[in-house]
Order: sequence, then structure tokens, then C-alpha cells
Amino acid sequence: MSALRLARLIRRVGRIAEPALPAPLPITLPAPLPADPPTDPPTDGRALPSELPSELRGSVQVRHVDAGSCNGCEIEVGAAFGPVYDAERYGARLVASPRHADAVLVTGVVTRNMAEPLRRTVEATPRPRVVLAVGDCAVDCGLFARGHAVVGPASSVVDVDLEVRGCPPEPEQIVAALRRVTGR
Amino acid sequence: MTAVDLGLRLHLALAAAGVLVALAAAPERRARWAGSLAATAAAAGLVTGLAAMAGTEGRLTLSTALPLAPLTLAPDRLGGLFMAIAGGVGLLAALFGIGYAHGPSSSATSWAAFVAFLPSVQLVPAAADVVSFLLVWEAMAITSTVLLLADHEHRPQVLSATRWYAVMTHLGFLALLAGFAVLVAESGGTTLDELARAVESHRQQGGRYHGALALLTIGFAAKAGLVPLHVWLPRAHPEAPSHVSAVMSGAMAGTGIYGLVLIAVRLMPEPPQWWALALVALGIASALYGILQASVATDVKRLLGYSTTENSGLMAIALGLAVLLRADGETGPADVALVACLMLAVSHAAFKTTLFLGAGSVVHATGERDLDRLGGLLPRMPWTATAFALGGLGAAALPVTAGFVSEWVLLQAIIHGARGEGRVVAVVMPLALAAVALTAGLALLTMVKAVGVAFLARGRSEAVATAREAPAPMVTAMLAGAGVLVLLGVAAGPLAVAVAGTVDARGILATSTAGLHLAAVDAGLEPVRLTGGVLVLTALVAGPAILLERRRPRRRTTLPWGCGGVRTSPRMEYTATSYAEPLVRVFGDALRPTRDVAVTRTDRAWFVVREVRFHQQLEDVVEQALYRPLQAVLNRTAELARGVQNGSIHRYLTYSLAALIAVLAAVSR
Amino acid sequence: MIAWLSAVAAVTVQLVVMVAAAPLVVGLARQSRAWVEGRAGAGVLQPWRDLRKLLLKEPVQAEGTRLQVAAPVVLLATSLMVCAQVPLVGTVSLPGLPGDLFVVVSVLLVGTVALAVLGLDSGTAFGGMGSSRHMTIAALVEPTVLVAVFAVSIPAGSSALSQIMNERLAAPSTIASPASLMAVVALGIAVLAETGRLPVDNPATHLELTMVHEAMVLESSGRDLAWVELGSWLRLAALVGLVGNLLVPWGQATTASPGALLVGILTLLAKLALSAVVLGAAEVFLAKVRLFRVPELLAGSFALAFLAVTTSYLVT
Repeated sequence: MSALRLARLIRRVGRIAEPALPAPLPITLPAPLPADPPTDPPTDGRALPSELPSELRGSVQVRHVDAGSCNGCEIEVGAAFGPVYDAERYGARLVASPRHADAVLVTGVVTRNMAEPLRRTVEATPRPRVVLAVGDCAVDCGLFARGHAVVGPASSVVDVDLEVRGCPPEPEQIVAALRRVTGR
Repeated sequence: MTAVDLGLRLHLALAAAGVLVALAAAPERRARWAGSLAATAAAAGLVTGLAAMAGTEGRLTLSTALPLAPLTLAPDRLGGLFMAIAGGVGLLAALFGIGYAHGPSSSATSWAAFVAFLPSVQLVPAAADVVSFLLVWEAMAITSTVLLLADHEHRPQVLSATRWYAVMTHLGFLALLAGFAVLVAESGGTTLDELARAVESHRQQGGRYHGALALLTIGFAAKAGLVPLHVWLPRAHPEAPSHVSAVMSGAMAGTGIYGLVLIAVRLMPEPPQWWALALVALGIASALYGILQASVATDVKRLLGYSTTENSGLMAIALGLAVLLRADGETGPADVALVACLMLAVSHAAFKTTLFLGAGSVVHATGERDLDRLGGLLPRMPWTATAFALGGLGAAALPVTAGFVSEWVLLQAIIHGARGEGRVVAVVMPLALAAVALTAGLALLTMVKAVGVAFLARGRSEAVATAREAPAPMVTAMLAGAGVLVLLGVAAGPLAVAVAGTVDARGILATSTAGLHLAAVDAGLEPVRLTGGVLVLTALVAGPAILLERRRPRRRTTLPWGCGGVRTSPRMEYTATSYAEPLVRVFGDALRPTRDVAVTRTDRAWFVVREVRFHQQLEDVVEQALYRPLQAVLNRTAELARGVQNGSIHRYLTYSLAALIAVLAAVSR
Repeated sequence: MIAWLSAVAAVTVQLVVMVAAAPLVVGLARQSRAWVEGRAGAGVLQPWRDLRKLLLKEPVQAEGTRLQVAAPVVLLATSLMVCAQVPLVGTVSLPGLPGDLFVVVSVLLVGTVALAVLGLDSGTAFGGMGSSRHMTIAALVEPTVLVAVFAVSIPAGSSALSQIMNERLAAPSTIASPASLMAVVALGIAVLAETGRLPVDNPATHLELTMVHEAMVLESSGRDLAWVELGSWLRLAALVGLVGNLLVPWGQATTASPGALLVGILTLLAKLALSAVVLGAAEVFLAKVRLFRVPELLAGSFALAFLAVTTSYLVT
């Protein structure tokens, strides 16, 4: 595409990002499935905003770990950081190294091969850090529970601070979870 | 009797004593005694050189049984400078050698040759007549050849290196001999002053004068290691024991530069323009080619050897520009360029000695010269690492070292020299600047590679794991070299003024804070204030950093980040070869690497690869293109000549008869 | 003494302004890029938020590394030194310490080396890779920088930056001369390459194999990373400001009086803001070139700089 056409396209399209929702936003989780035993702790109460580290207000760098996902969640994570949902406007940004990261975003069930790398990635992330389990698989193994290559949900390998339900979760929910960390 | 008179005698006496001690002393004491005497002799030479630099006159005349004028050693101010350089380098090298020399390089022959080598390097600039000049020059060649041969029994490549060295250095000697012979025939005298006078009066004669000039230039360029006469350098420097390499690179290459400067300022003042242009061209070729080869070299001493070619090239550029500018009537920038050439010589001696000694220390500790097998030496050898890093800073011409100051002076000469009317100058200056700049950039990469790959990260081979810091004399010598390098960089003004005095350069001033002011081109450099400013700002940053370090959150140490998967092993680190890989690609046309990729597949299926081997070799292109064909021709001629000698007495008698007739015919004419 | 103090004050003001503004320059560049991309953007203050957070975090260091603390500090100190020496707010320089262009380039290169050493020190493949590429680019940029500097310094007859600026202020016609324009364009390309912007390096990349700058700092974290980031941003801001001042020298304070400094600060901020917006918006239209095409780009900029020098002989 020539630069001129690109410029024209940019002018025609204008702003794509959807208007920001008011902050802080409570996470809208789907109602727990009726099959869930009632003894299970409610997954949306895991982390109250006051428990999240205040150092990360306004700026959260995210390292994404695919622990064994079907890539459905990846598409939604990609969308969350895309122009429409634009998680960057709330101060969240994807980075390449866990050393730069404040949050580890885990998608998918943790497979045997990814258990150790996931542990190491979280270990390599400087504190204070937050671990987000995104998608039903990462929260409670979802469809893949009791699969032969599955170790368990993310919380069986690392301490999870925030959970986002959904198969896959909507980008809005992912953004909402990130906004709880950034507080913006 | 002046200080120089005394110094010359003392120097020779100490050196002679050193040779005797080296030959006579018991092996376990040899290093300490001979080394100490060599160091003392070098110190005497250093002081003598400094005195001569300051303008003290003095001479030592040795009568010989030969039907020649007596041999005269009488350093002038320029000679004093180079004598002081060689003295300083020799002092550090001798000190280092006490702890370093081992195995074959600590034999009686080696020590005797080393003790004799140092004075010969120092006395070349002191020689006041052609005969003594050539004698000392040859002594320097022979002793260094003996030193080079030290380890020939264990490493076959030593022999090949020595052969290259001996041939090149003697071809250079022949060129010098011929050049001087022409001049002596013209003047009828043998002292340098007589030669200069004769040149002055015969200037218009043309042919012979230009021929002598070309011959002398070839001889000196070979010693300085300028392209294309550099081929001995990257072979000899790695194979010589490290303290010898330091002298060969820091001081002996300097005698070649001394010779070129001698031509330009004393022997044949106002040389023709072609000479200056040739010098600049040689310099640009040497600087670029040298640093390019250095940047892709993996043998640390080979790298340093090529870097010598680069620095000689920079000096040649500076000298050539000085001559060009003077011919153009721009005396101010010309003086600055000349001073830049000499300052480059001084700083090169300082940093290259430090670097070679540092490399020697690494070889001493690990037995490895290959950067690809080194790494992680910083915690094991902190002093060596410090000295080597400072030397690298100097070689990369970064502040605050003498290397930076001298390169800055050269750049000032170039940008201010371009304001004249001369058309040649207008073309040459930007070219020279671009060459110097590219050289500086590549030198930066080379030194980051050498220091970073050898000393940082984790060791790449077993040899590193047992490395230990060098003994005290070696550490002292290295750190002293690095200290001098930084000191000369900080005291830029006094250094420049002292150097300028040796060639009567005007307009080089020192400020009250040891800064440098080039009045001729109105430019100033204040290393002390610059350092002060940087230190203040560093304190501003380091202060909070240290405060934060004491506070929570505390620093935590974990595994290196290997993308979560496997534990990262040192095999994954970048090596020197991989570090230079982008450069090899960018300059592929100039470097002509030969690559060899061998893919081994499994028996089961052709697309399942079991092993991939990659081999890359970088040969010296000049050697391949220029010397190999020459060697082939020589060999073929030799084969033909062999037919002449078939062992038959009849044929030899015929040769004698033919020769007799030829001589008679020639005489009777 | 008073002259000395006022010069120190002027340089201090310049340093403070630059430290405050450098993250904003980066923020504004990212923001303008976001606007062009149709995003909302994180806001101009985001780099400052990032810095604050990094300073509060625990630094993590890989075992076996030695220079993770020192190298970032050196980088930041050299960046500050560059900011102190380059005429940005004004042409007032510290007495006896003129901002000689060659010295500035050398100080900048010390920072480059610190960063490269940091990459090598981490002992990972990425660190070495980034370091190698970074130094290769730096080596190839240097001829362009020096020859462009040469071209710019010809009219002033000096390589001292303050003199060059004063000369440009006194004779504005030299700014629009072909030699000067070509030199500044060449310098601009060199600045982009040296500071790791598109098309030479993509500052927003997550792909390790395409990284240059990012690969070197993959191991740094917490305040170490904060120093590296601030140092790199300062370099970018100082160099962009220098190019801006070479093109539009007006507004710089030539004396250390408060009024002149105020005008200098405001015009500098305006120039920086404009450059940042243009930089961010322009990067939307650029793709990162292959690493081995970068030398061609740099050769092109070198040719421009060389032409600039030659033209300055022919024209004057």
C-alpha cells in the first residue's frame, strides 16, 4: 500500500478505539456453573483491589505465557491489546521478557511440558508481581480437565492473583482484569 | 657529561650485563635477574629518551675496526621521544616477563635475546648515522626473530610465522639499505645530518631522490606493518611470547613510524606531494583493512596484531596529511596533524602494551588465545580485566584515555585543514575523515568484542574454570600500562606540548588544568574538566542507585532468562565469531570468507537431519591475492634453478669459466 | 565567578528540563503513533509512570552477571553528559568545557559501549545478539555522524557546538544551503539508527530475533532497567533536539539570563514536541528493514553527508 493510500485510509477510519468504560470497573464474571460444588471458593473474590500491589498503579507490563492453550484465548488477548479494546490506554503493555514484566498472563491448561517453564517465568518476574489466569482452562482446566498431558490449572503450579473466566473470555473482561491491576 | 651521555652508556652497560646474566645465571634465578636488569636498562633508556626529548644533547661514539666512520648514537629530540616510548614499553614488558616467561620462552637464549632486543629497539631512534642505524635495525630484527622462535618445538605454526617475519623484515632491511646507499652515494657522508644537507642541495635532481624516498618508505612501512607489507604482523604477534609481542607492537612498529617521520621532518623536509598522497592512501588502506580483520579475528593476539596495522595506518594518515597541508601553506593544521601522528604513536604504545600484556596474562592463566573458548574471566582475574578494559578503551579512542586525545587532535587537524584553497586537500580531507571515522567505529566494536567476550558472561571452556589472577609483577606491569594510558589522556596538554616540542610544532598549548589548546586552529579539549563533569553526573546517578540498593526491595539473583525452557548453558552465549557475523556479511566482499556447511542426515530419512557442521574461515585477502602468486612464481623459478646444479663437476667448471670471462669482459670495457 | 555560576545554572536548568522532558518526548511519540493508528493511547505521561514503577520494583539479576548495576548507571551518566554539552535550551556552555561535537560523539559512544557490554554480560544468546547488532550499527553510523559534523562545522570554522549554533543564528542563510540541509538529513538518519528507531530497529517489538536495543536489556529489571530506559530516552531527546536546533536555531538562549532561558525552554519544548509528534506519526508508515539492509540505508546517509562536504567546497 502506498503511503498516500495509507494516509487516506487513516483519515477515513479515524479513531477505532471504543470509548473507555468508567474506572474502576468490577469484573463481570459469568455466574458459576450449577455443576460446581458449593465448597469451591468463589473465583471472582480471589483478589480485591486493595490486595493488588499499589506499586503497579498506572503501569503494568504483561508477559504472556501460553501454558497449553487451544489459542482461542490468544486471539482474545490479541484483541484486548488491539486498537479496538486498546488495553494500552490503561497503562498495560505486552513485553518480551519476564524481567520487564509486572504481570504474568497465563492462558490454557498447564501441560506437563509447560509446568516448569511457567514456574520459571513467574520466578524470573521481579516482585511485586501479579499472575493472571485467563480463560476457563487456566482457571480450572475447563474442557481439558483430566487430560493425560495436563498437570492442572495455573493455580496448581503458581500462585494466581486474578482470574478471568470464559471460554474464551471476552477482550473486555481481560481488559477489565488488567484495569484492576493498573487502577486506571 | 650530560644526562644523555650518561644514560646511553648506562643503558648499554646494563643491557650487556643483562645478556651475560641471562646466559650465565641458574635457571631458577634467570628470570628475576635478567628481567630486572632488562627493566633497569629500559628505565635508563626511558630517562635518556625523556632527557633527549627535553633538548639535552649527548652522544656515544663507538669506534670500530671496520673501515667506516665511527658509530654514533646521539638522539635528537624526535629520537628521544621514540626512545622514551620504547623505554617505557620495554620497562613494562621486562617486568611482565619476570612473572610470565615460562617453558621455552624462559630459556637462556630467549632471555639473552630479549635483553638484547630491548636496547636495539630503543637505540634505533638514537642512531645518528646510517651505519649505526642499519646495524641497530638489523640487531632488532635478529633478536626478535630468535625470540619468535622460542616455542618452535611445540607449535609448528611458529616456524611458519618466523619464516614470514624473517623474510619480510629482511626485505624491508634491503629496501632501507638500498635507499640509504643512494643517499650516501649522493652526499658522501654517512651521518643523518650530512644526508639531509645533500638532499637539500640535490633536491632538483629528481630520479634518485624519488627512488631513495620510495625505497626508504617501503622499508619503514614494512616495519610499521602498513598494508600490503603487513603480512608478517598477524602471524608473528600471536606466536611470540606475549611480553615480546608487546614490545614488537608497542615499540618496534613505532620505529617504522619513526623512520617515516624522520624522512618527513629531518632527512628530506618538504617531501613531494606523491609521497604524502601515497602515505595517506597506504594509511587509509591499512587503517580500514587492519581494523576490519581485527574485528573478525577470534584469536585475541591476532586481533591485537591487526589492530597494530590499523594504528600504524592512522599514524601514516596523520603524517601524510601534515606533509600535504604544509605543502599547501597551512602550517597551523599541518603542525596539528604532525603532533597527532606522534601522539598516536605514544598512545598506541601505551594501550597496545597494556592489551598485549593483558592478553598474555589471559594466556598464562588459561592457555587459550581463542576468544571463542574464553569468557567469564572478570571475577577470576579482576586486575587483568581492569587493565585490559582500560586498554580497550584506549584502542577504541574513548575518553578519557590517550587514545581519545590523539584521535581528537587528528580529527581537529582534518576539519581545520580543509579550509585552504588546495584542491587535492579538499578531496583528501573528507576521505581521510570518513576512513578515520569508520576505523574508529570498527575499533569500538572490536574492543567491545575482545573485552566483552573474554571477560564477561560465563566461561565457554574448561580452561577458564581454573584460571587464576596473574602474579604480582605481571599485574603491576599491566596496571602501570593502563595507568599511563589514562594519565596521558587526562594530562592531554602537557603530553601534546612535550610531543610538539620534538618536531618544533607551533601553536600547541597546554591550559592551566592540563587541558589542550590548539591555538593554530582554535580548538580546545579539557579532559580534566570533562572527567570532572562526568564524575559529578555519575555521582548524581550512582548516589540514588546506591541508596536504593540499601533499601527494600532487595536485589535478587536467579537463573539467566532462557525463555523458561532449558537452563541456559554457556554454549548458547554469543562467541567472538558470532559477534562479528553481521560485519562479515556487511563486508563480505572485502573479507571473502570461505564457508563450509556440512549436513549429516540420518539413515532413516533424508529430511531428518542429525548434525549440521558450520565452518568459516577468514584468510588474509592481501596475502592470498598478492603474496601467494608471488610465492608460486618464486617456487617455480627455484625449481628451474635447481636444474642448474646437477652435481656434475664439469658443469661447475664451465660455470666458473663463463663467470671469469664475463668478469674479464666487464673489467676490460 | 558570576559568569561561571550563571553558566553552571544554565546548564543545570538544561539538564533538569531534559530529564523532565525526555520521557514526555517518548510518551508523545507513542501517543501520536497511537492517534494515527486509531487508538486511544496510554497518554503522554505513561513513560513517567513506567519509570516510577520500575524504581519501586525489586531488581532481579541473573547469576554470573557482574555489570548489571554499573553499566546502566554509566549509560545514564553519559546521556546526562551529552545533555549538558549539547546546546538545547541555549548555547551557553560550561566555561572551559565547550560542547565539542567530537567529544559529544565520544561520550555518546561510551554510553553505546556500556549498553553493548550490558548485553554481553547477561550471558544469554539474545544479549550477545543485540550487542553484536548494536555495535555493528554503531560502527557503520560513525562515519556518517563525523562527516555530517564536518559538513556542519565548515561554515563556523569550529567543531564546538555553541559556535556552530551562534554562526547559524548570525547567518541564517547557511541553514538553508544545500550542504547544510544534506548534512542535517544525514545526521537525522544517523540519529534514528543510533537511538534504535524505525526503520533500523523497532522499539515496540516482542520478537527477540528482530531485536537490537531490546535484546540487550532483556535481562535488566527494576531500577537497572529504569536507568537504561531513561538513559536511552535522554539520548533520543538530546539528539532529536540537536537536529531540531540545527534546523531551527532560533529561540535558543545565547545568554544565561532568566528571560532568555525561559524563551529557550519554551522553544525547546515546542521543537521537541513537534519532533516527537512527527517521529511517532512517521513511524506508522515505516516498516523495519532487514538487518542486512541497514548498511545500505547507512551507506545512503553517508553518501549524503559526503556530498554535503563536497558541496560546501563547490558552493562557497
